[in-house]
Amino acid sequence: MSAIARFVYEFFESIRIAWAQIRANKMRSVLTALGVIIGIVAVTLMGTAIRGIDTGFNNSLAMLGDDVLYVEKWPWGPVEDWWNYANRPQIKITDAEKLNRIIESTPNSMLAVAVPRVGRGCSVKFGDGRVDGIFAMGTTADYARITNVDCVEGRLFNEIESNGGRAVCVLGYDVAEALFPGRSSLDQTVIVDGHPSTVIGVFAKQGEFLGLFSFDNQLVMPITAFTKAWGSRRGAQLQVKVTDKRLLLQAKDELTGAMRRVRGQLPGERDNFSINEQQAFKAQLDPVKTAIAFAGLFITGLSLFVGAIGIMNITFVSVKERTKEIGTRKAIGARRRTILMQFLVEAVSICLIGGIVGMVAAYAVFLGIHFQWPSFPVEFSPDLVVLSMLVSVVTGIVSGIAPAFTASRLDPVVALRYE
Amino acid sequence: MIPPPPPDPLHQRSIRPRGPLVIDIEGVTKLYRMGAETVHALRGVALQVHRNEYMAIMGPSGSGKSTLMNMLGCLDTPTAGHYQFNGKDVSSMTDDELASIRNREIGFVFQTFNLLPRSSSLHNVELPLIYAGVPAAERRLRAQNAMVNVGLADRMMHKPNELSGGQRQRVAIARALVNNPSIILADEPTGNLDSKTGEEIMQLFDVLYEQGNTIIVVTHEEDIARHARRAIRLHDGLIESDRMMDS
Repeated sequence: MSAIARFVYEFFESIRIAWAQIRANKMRSVLTALGVIIGIVAVTLMGTAIRGIDTGFNNSLAMLGDDVLYVEKWPWGPVEDWWNYANRPQIKITDAEKLNRIIESTPNSMLAVAVPRVGRGCSVKFGDGRVDGIFAMGTTADYARITNVDCVEGRLFNEIESNGGRAVCVLGYDVAEALFPGRSSLDQTVIVDGHPSTVIGVFAKQGEFLGLFSFDNQLVMPITAFTKAWGSRRGAQLQVKVTDKRLLLQAKDELTGAMRRVRGQLPGERDNFSINEQQAFKAQLDPVKTAIAFAGLFITGLSLFVGAIGIMNITFVSVKERTKEIGTRKAIGARRRTILMQFLVEAVSICLIGGIVGMVAAYAVFLGIHFQWPSFPVEFSPDLVVLSMLVSVVTGIVSGIAPAFTASRLDPVVALRYE
Repeated sequence: MIPPPPPDPLHQRSIRPRGPLVIDIEGVTKLYRMGAETVHALRGVALQVHRNEYMAIMGPSGSGKSTLMNMLGCLDTPTAGHYQFNGKDVSSMTDDELASIRNREIGFVFQTFNLLPRSSSLHNVELPLIYAGVPAAERRLRAQNAMVNVGLADRMMHKPNELSGGQRQRVAIARALVNNPSIILADEPTGNLDSKTGEEIMQLFDVLYEQGNTIIVVTHEEDIARHARRAIRLHDGLIESDRMMDS
């Protein structure tokens, strides 16, 4: 009990001393803290950027759906033997129908439905207005079962319209905004690369995928209308929804088997198609994300390191200045660890103050960035605050330990003689 | 120089009866290495001090009296020899144990006062109690009592730079007393004071002796040493003489 009591009193005495020191040397304390402040601001902002990028990545990937498998000619990601893939037959729209029949006839299938998609770049005109670089996608009514995007106006086409190949379309949010600013686009007729199409719906805004392209710049029409307008020379993509996303891998196996049947492949033959999924993309991106995070934190960590060196330097000076005082304290009965704690607390105090000020400054900068460029990926969170405070304390301890140790080992006789 | 008080046949300087043995050193040697040279600061000193003694340690500079004081105060350990403090062998103690003895058993008074400049005098006096783990309320009380004892009841909240030299030394003496030490070790306590103030401080020491404290003063001034009841004289690292002093 007495040892704990003594520790507590000595700790509070250390805080009292640290506070008195900081107040007595205001200029010095400010300059020292500045090093830590800048370091913490840099590290914190880097943390918010990394957080923001992470969230952005995850949001983008979510657009791909975590319960959808993509059957395509090419796999996502780099390939070594390009010719093997280039020589593969295209995925055909009819493959989807065959696949759906197999799925329906399979009891307890892990696959729900296969939806074919074809696409092309096009321009859309209405009256005097025209937008280029629009992605026109042809698909079936089953697309509604696959996509998790809602219509903010109107609806997706139904099976009758799809089978009949009616010239209707659903516009992406930005397309509708561009051609029909401030009013409804429903029941209007737009010209898609020369082909008229009636708008029956508008998709809700989705945002950009990894900043690469935007789902809002597309329009969706029945696949039959698409092929009527532009033929089906181009290959298709099959989107296959799985029933339980936890069993994605097993579903992938089932789909492989089904596709091989659809394509009439012999056993032993390699698949002449690829099945892609969000996870593969993620696995590609994760090392990139981690590398960026490490590089970023390392570089900003260097600035904090410089701040820490400043703390170490000043604490050494403080020890030297107060050599006689240290001798006196030892003569009165302070033990080595008391002196060690005293100077460690001093170093940590400055670091903590610098950390708090730095945190506030970083938050201000973050708000500035957020308001000025809302789409820039930054994200501030409570655990970032806690982490930065922890980093401050650890920085203080690491910087202060060497001078504090020196102080604790001073010979009281020599120290008392110091002028 | 103040002339010594005329011998007063009616006034006998009190010498209190000796208590138990506090300091018992035997064959104590201290060597320093200064570059290539070895300095023999103490060359085999033997000394016994009992409770209720008032002793002066004298000698020219280089005689080893500072070294002896550091040794007695457990600030330094001998190169050879034994030191028993209150019956315990000090020479084999760890750093923490020595710190504990300095805290509880020894009260230092320095020539340069050695007060913490940014703390009030009360907090300066409290410091040994903080290191002893005494709770705040009791600390405050004991520190206040110590300050009253040295006549500074109205200066508790003053910082050292707001006090005169004599007052600062009183604060230092209160600090030395606050933990009820076995001995008070004073190193040239009046060295930084003018003669009048110095005399006041020595009178305070007289009062403290009457109150039951054991006092050891290191000095090179005869007038200061005259207040003590026993004087030892060091020369070249050895005790040259050790005699009781009558008024």
